[in-house]
Amino acid sequence: MRVPMTEYLYIDLSTEQWVCRPCGHNLGDARGSYKEGTLVFDRDPREIHPPIIDPEKYEFTFSPDPAFCRILEYCCPKCGTQMETEYLPPGHPPTIDMIWDIDALRTQWEERGEDPELVVDYGPGENAVTDMRSTHEGHHNHSHR
Amino acid sequence: MTLTTNDTGNAQEILSAQEQQWVDKFMDETTLFLGPDPEIMRNHQIHERTAYEDECISKGVSPLETDRIRKRLAGSLDEAFEMCESMGAAPGAKWADLSVAVYTAEGDVTYLSNRGVIAFSAVLHHPIRYIMKNWKDEPTVGINPGDGFFHNDSRYGMVHNTDQSMLVPVMRDGQIIAWVGATIHEGENGACEPGGMPSGSETPFDDGLRASPIKIVERGHLRRDLLTFLQHSTRDPKLMLADIKVKMGAVRRVIESVDRIIEEVGQESFVAALRVTVENVEAEVRRRIKELPDGTVTFNQFVDSTLKENILIKFACKITVKGERLIVDLTGTGPEILNRAINSPLGSTKAFMTQAILSYWWPDLPRSTGALSPIEVISEEHSWADAGYDAPVGQSLQGSFRGFSALQTAYAKLQFSTPKKYSNVIAPWFNQINDFLWGGTTQHGEQVGNLCADLNGMGGGAKAFRDGEDAVAPLFCAMADIAEQEVMEEEVPFLQLVSKRLVRDNQGFGKYRGGMGYEMIVASRGTPNWGFMTVTSGSKFSSITGMFGGYGCPTYPLSIVKGINIYDIIRKDPSQFDLSIERIMNEQPYEGGSYQSAHMGLQFDVAKEGELYMISQGSGGGYGDVLERDPELVAADLQLDRISAQVATDLYAVVWNPETFVVDVQATEAARAEARKRRIARGTPFREFIKGFVTEEPPADLLYYGSWGQDNDEEVFATHWGGQEPQRVKGKLSEIPLVMIPDRRVLKIEAQDKRIRELEAKYGETVVHKS
Repeated sequence: MRVPMTEYLYIDLSTEQWVCRPCGHNLGDARGSYKEGTLVFDRDPREIHPPIIDPEKYEFTFSPDPAFCRILEYCCPKCGTQMETEYLPPGHPPTIDMIWDIDALRTQWEERGEDPELVVDYGPGENAVTDMRSTHEGHHNHSHR
Repeated sequence: MTLTTNDTGNAQEILSAQEQQWVDKFMDETTLFLGPDPEIMRNHQIHERTAYEDECISKGVSPLETDRIRKRLAGSLDEAFEMCESMGAAPGAKWADLSVAVYTAEGDVTYLSNRGVIAFSAVLHHPIRYIMKNWKDEPTVGINPGDGFFHNDSRYGMVHNTDQSMLVPVMRDGQIIAWVGATIHEGENGACEPGGMPSGSETPFDDGLRASPIKIVERGHLRRDLLTFLQHSTRDPKLMLADIKVKMGAVRRVIESVDRIIEEVGQESFVAALRVTVENVEAEVRRRIKELPDGTVTFNQFVDSTLKENILIKFACKITVKGERLIVDLTGTGPEILNRAINSPLGSTKAFMTQAILSYWWPDLPRSTGALSPIEVISEEHSWADAGYDAPVGQSLQGSFRGFSALQTAYAKLQFSTPKKYSNVIAPWFNQINDFLWGGTTQHGEQVGNLCADLNGMGGGAKAFRDGEDAVAPLFCAMADIAEQEVMEEEVPFLQLVSKRLVRDNQGFGKYRGGMGYEMIVASRGTPNWGFMTVTSGSKFSSITGMFGGYGCPTYPLSIVKGINIYDIIRKDPSQFDLSIERIMNEQPYEGGSYQSAHMGLQFDVAKEGELYMISQGSGGGYGDVLERDPELVAADLQLDRISAQVATDLYAVVWNPETFVVDVQATEAARAEARKRRIARGTPFREFIKGFVTEEPPADLLYYGSWGQDNDEEVFATHWGGQEPQRVKGKLSEIPLVMIPDRRVLKIEAQDKRIRELEAKYGETVVHKS
């Protein structure tokens, strides 16, 4: 049983692994952080948020200051999907953003008795219905059921 | 002054029961004044059921009748809301920055108007508890039918000090059976700067009016002596008079409805309905928590400004779910800064946590104190999210809005795996009031101080299935209005020369992008005395992030052109009326102008006629990987000049025909495949990355406050100025020195003096410096 935990991550309860939803790559122990299995890049924030007023003339330009702010980009080492970004001061340890109780998660879904890939969607409204099954297995992600 | 638990803790270990009783008696009899009561102020749980409520409920509660009572109340509260909105003198009232509510006898909010500011539902039980504890049996005050209580100080329970309340008891046979209250963001409150939200306050006394709950209406009559005091204490006496009357009128209207409901269903059924609503919301919240997966989601925020200087101060937040328990732990949050305005009382921070819960987690629940009640909050007093009594809180939204973002952002991860959702999966909402506050003398000769409605134009976060909405609503009020600028210009002496024009690339990029913000350019006109302020952070560090691979918002500068009169320039050459921040700042087209960019903490700045002040509203966060964005949506944004070619190429990896904006599908697929390869090639495995990136401490030249990482949130870093030079310290929040930051102008002069001496030495000039 695979539980969609974010847009790009499953937890596979049988293997207890984090799994990349787009490509099926295993990202490591589901009792730990999925970030352990990712590739990380320390991005100068000015490359993402380009200055709108001239940085040669002004200190404040619409671009974050790289001495204050870095953007860590986390991607899947197999398919290159960017599954998370994190805005951090330079040198600040990356945040372990999610730690789940896998035993409780298993019990919760056993009690529900449903396939999480078929019943999890984005919330109320017909536009929020989606297909959480993995695209690498031939399912068309995000098509409306 | 009320003793805190900590104050008495040691004494209890030493004193016998009899001795403790003597101490308590002594303290009760020698109270100096009744300040904010920690027993009340640190408690967000619903009151235990009273004997009378128990008696009412024991006689049987019909769910249908309770529902009917709720609906009648909802209708009445919405009517009262509209009364305040249409008659209120405060600009905030006209744009829905208010609420009207019915409370239980002990002060729990049972039902709030459907429109308006939800955060009030988690903060207004404090003043009622204070009134019940201190004034009900106080011979010089007492509570009688027709009385109305006023307060504004957030240390006694308020979203922030610009808001003013009218709290009125519903009484039967001398017994309080409920309360009805109206609260409006009034703006002006006599603070050190006009408009009620001073970014420049350096002591609690700079924050303006400090009204603890006082009886402003006695048995139906407005007390002229207290009213005069309130009017005299603020810059806008007309506003004070008008809105006290408006709130009183709205509350009376609700009380008329309450009277009719009680006539129809009986007092006991009414009281039971109020109580079970609060209890039912609490029970439903517990049930919904249990639907979430057990685990911990951590989301830290880094705020880049005291509103006077750039620093980095952390708002740490770990949310743990375990069964029916949900624990919000703020340990690791930076210390309060004792001479800056950004600190927030814990009650205000919690109010905005409730705002997230009732508008972005479970918007279908009745807006009740019961919503936050079962949630545990761990916080230590004297952090900037839990300010002590002596810390200024004039711009407490800096801290409290981060309480909102902490819960709103984390919830995408908390709720993603649940099969039953009550709201959509969504990226962070913009969280700053990028806006102009203003004050001075109007064209009609009146003294005013308030703010533009444009704070309500925050960009919405992208949803998991569509772009965020542009300039849609503030995080605190889903149906707020950004008002008619032309109407405002009839009342205040400045023009918005550019209003509601989207700024290119002002987006949180992603598979779905955040809603965009717009720019505003203002200049005063026809006034002898006018000034502007801005009160936000996020000029060096983006104030919101993205979600699941999407990006956050950019940073936002304040741009100013001094020394020109734009009205004269346009009069002489109408072609110059082609205004945008980008053009004016980059081309510097007006001769003699002084062009300046700054962070968004501008203390009251005298604006001479025709000088330009320019800001942009913020964008919501983006959702998902940019390389998954539909290329047609990228082309559409290009065509509308919402994004630059650089963003479309470098971030979205889209190839298009610049003449026709037709996407080259194959070339785009190839470009994206290449972009993914580049990501893999430049990325470093996590463990290896940490070795190169992570440092033991914050960079030496960064004024950093808060924990570093999350392994030891008990230890916080801070910089303090105990001696001549700033000194970095680390330790437990309770052990580090008090933090006060020197005046930045003094520091600047010191740096300049040092440079002058260096130059004198370099060029051999002997100058005698006398001090």
